[in-house]
Amino acid sequence: MPKLFSGAEIVFKCLEDQDVSHIFGYPGGAVLPIYDELKNHNTVKHILVRHEQGAGHAAEGYARSTGKPGVVLVTSGPGATNVVTALTDAYMDSVPLVCISGQVPTHLIGTDAFQECDTTGITRPCTKHNWLVKDINDLAEVMHKAFEVATTGRPGPVLVDIPKDIQFQKTPYKKLRKKKKLNGVSHNNFSQEKIDELVHLMSKATKPIFYTGGGVINSGPRASELLRELVYTTGFPITTTLQGLGSFPGDDNQFLGMLGMHGTYEANNAMYECDLMINIGARFDDRITGKIDEFSPKSKKVHIDIDPSSINKNVKVDLAIVGDVKSVITSTLKTLRKSKLNFIKSNKQKTSKWWEKIQKWRSKRSLDYIGSEETIKPQYAIERLYELTKDKDTFITTEVGQHQMWAAQHYKFNKPNRWMTSGGLGTMGYGLPAAVGVQIAHPQKLVIDIAGEASVLMTMQEMSTAVQYSLPIKIFILNNEYMGMVRQWQELLHDKNYSESYTAALPDFVQMAEAYGCVGIRAKTPEELDDKIIEMLNTDRPVIFDCLVDKQENCFPMIPSGKPHNQMILGPKDKKETKITGKGRTLV
Amino acid sequence: MPKSKSAYSVAGKKEKLDTHIIVVWVDNEAGVLARVVGLFSGRGYNIESLAVAEIDQKLNISRITIVTTGTPQVVDQIKLQLKKLVPVHKVADFKREDKNVIFKEMALFKLVGTNGKIEKAINACKKYNAVILDSTNRSKVVQVTALRREIDKMSNDLKKYGLVSISRTGAVAMTRGEKVFK
Repeated sequence: MPKLFSGAEIVFKCLEDQDVSHIFGYPGGAVLPIYDELKNHNTVKHILVRHEQGAGHAAEGYARSTGKPGVVLVTSGPGATNVVTALTDAYMDSVPLVCISGQVPTHLIGTDAFQECDTTGITRPCTKHNWLVKDINDLAEVMHKAFEVATTGRPGPVLVDIPKDIQFQKTPYKKLRKKKKLNGVSHNNFSQEKIDELVHLMSKATKPIFYTGGGVINSGPRASELLRELVYTTGFPITTTLQGLGSFPGDDNQFLGMLGMHGTYEANNAMYECDLMINIGARFDDRITGKIDEFSPKSKKVHIDIDPSSINKNVKVDLAIVGDVKSVITSTLKTLRKSKLNFIKSNKQKTSKWWEKIQKWRSKRSLDYIGSEETIKPQYAIERLYELTKDKDTFITTEVGQHQMWAAQHYKFNKPNRWMTSGGLGTMGYGLPAAVGVQIAHPQKLVIDIAGEASVLMTMQEMSTAVQYSLPIKIFILNNEYMGMVRQWQELLHDKNYSESYTAALPDFVQMAEAYGCVGIRAKTPEELDDKIIEMLNTDRPVIFDCLVDKQENCFPMIPSGKPHNQMILGPKDKKETKITGKGRTLV
Repeated sequence: MPKSKSAYSVAGKKEKLDTHIIVVWVDNEAGVLARVVGLFSGRGYNIESLAVAEIDQKLNISRITIVTTGTPQVVDQIKLQLKKLVPVHKVADFKREDKNVIFKEMALFKLVGTNGKIEKAINACKKYNAVILDSTNRSKVVQVTALRREIDKMSNDLKKYGLVSISRTGAVAMTRGEKVFK
């Protein structure tokens, strides 16, 4: 007779078979059998968070910085509902997560039992798929399928809901076996004709641009290397989305910076004026396109994406290539080399006028700001942070708001998987727990959460997790006492009615750090900023860095609502624009 | 031009809507209908009618037929999004005008009244394969199979002949000829 294993044991056997080394979780009544089994499995280390949302974001940080799926373990009812924000965040930003939740025993399902909720019902719209395991004999197969669904095609979160009685029941363990293909897996069979067409378009273009996104990063580090090769071979300019930062060196001359609502002047104008747009692994998000009817009116558009439903969703394209970025770029490079040996030479001439135009836009220096000797400008703080950390292999997470955009604009990334930010859902409170997850995955690396004081308070409790596991994460707070992005919109669009966007009674972050058992540092003036940052970097413990910045600063450049890419507003440094913004009513 | 106070772009111009019949083959498992229907409501797609039943007990396959309206882009999205669901095997899409596809709905009419009135009602139903399923002195239950607009029209017309209750299904679809949708 085969050996029998309990449901809880099977959960761990599956985690071991999937090479899971860390799970982020929080115990509770309906998962106690699984927690009881934890002690027998040394290879799976459990990280105890302080709130299930923190577990979810930590697993996201872990997944994004490693490329492996993040695993979350929570109890039924509130445990499951607390993780919903993180699941939705992972769904929007295509992060592979496997969430295991406890459920009340099967005979109590539907009776409004203690800590019961319809977990699969609640999480159905925010996962790629979910399962309620009602039969112990299905458990192993469901667990393995969960990992497969989470990590294949366009990655995303999945959830496995396991009632408590199933965790106790016993059955033989079915080893992981290769399954036949699933939905979303097989979308990598693009034809050579499509590649030929792409190369043909590329050879004809005089004003081309690459517009790349998180799909490049999700395709693995090799995809970023190939992208660089492709960009250098063609000599085309490249802009990336918020999630694509790091797939191409941020300090390279061919890089135009980030595009979109707070993208650079040169990137957005190039998108508007181009005659060939090659979208690689991005999804024409509304923060990117601005007004759809006037989005890049003169261009042929190519879209390379692994998810067929991303194509023609927001913007109609002329050539769609459904496939994995890595494979598509490999084929494109092969074809380029075979058919267009002197591509670079002939193309340099063709695109030289285009580059001149781009240089002109560049000379606007749209990310510039008016410096100050009295107060720390938030952009200056990010610049200094970048200068002082760029020689280390630094991992940056962020919260959501102005600081996030400033970080995206002023921190330059050279490698993929170094930038973790909540883009699609825009979850305030993402960065701190994400930093916990990143540091777990990379214990020796420098991990910094660039934060706002409002966002960071939403998941501040996870500092306790960082202290428990001696994770030397650095929480770099740009403290302007406002929900800065809300304040900015109110200033620009709601006649400066700063309704509820000022936080009175903020905690003293230095004392708060000490209360958590970590280190608090405060910087008030530009002169002391460098020394304080160095002090932070030299501290081998978790640090909360309270950087007091200019309270009125706005994030520019920006595309106002309902406007196309060529109608950006620039910052106050651009004098001509100052006059217009001075009138104050020209917005929209 | 009024000043937009939104952080989002304003809606573009409205496009023409077409009616499509979407047929989805799914694993007959718990929650699968909720996944399909939830996808429609979550993304703001329309459902005009819905018919679902298991069609293969051995393979455990159900066939869902959904009548929907949308712009060509939306209908495309519906198909692509449906195909991403794990329990979905295949998705077919037919335009309502498609002559190569048979669409049928079924309705049950309960008629109450004098014999004369009911007689007139049944005559009016004749061309829609009327079958009398139940009959008493004062009432009849009639089954008809027809197109949606025909049943709409009948339910209107029969009111004056003593129609008191209507029960109807969503549309089901089948292609003509020997071809099978793969």
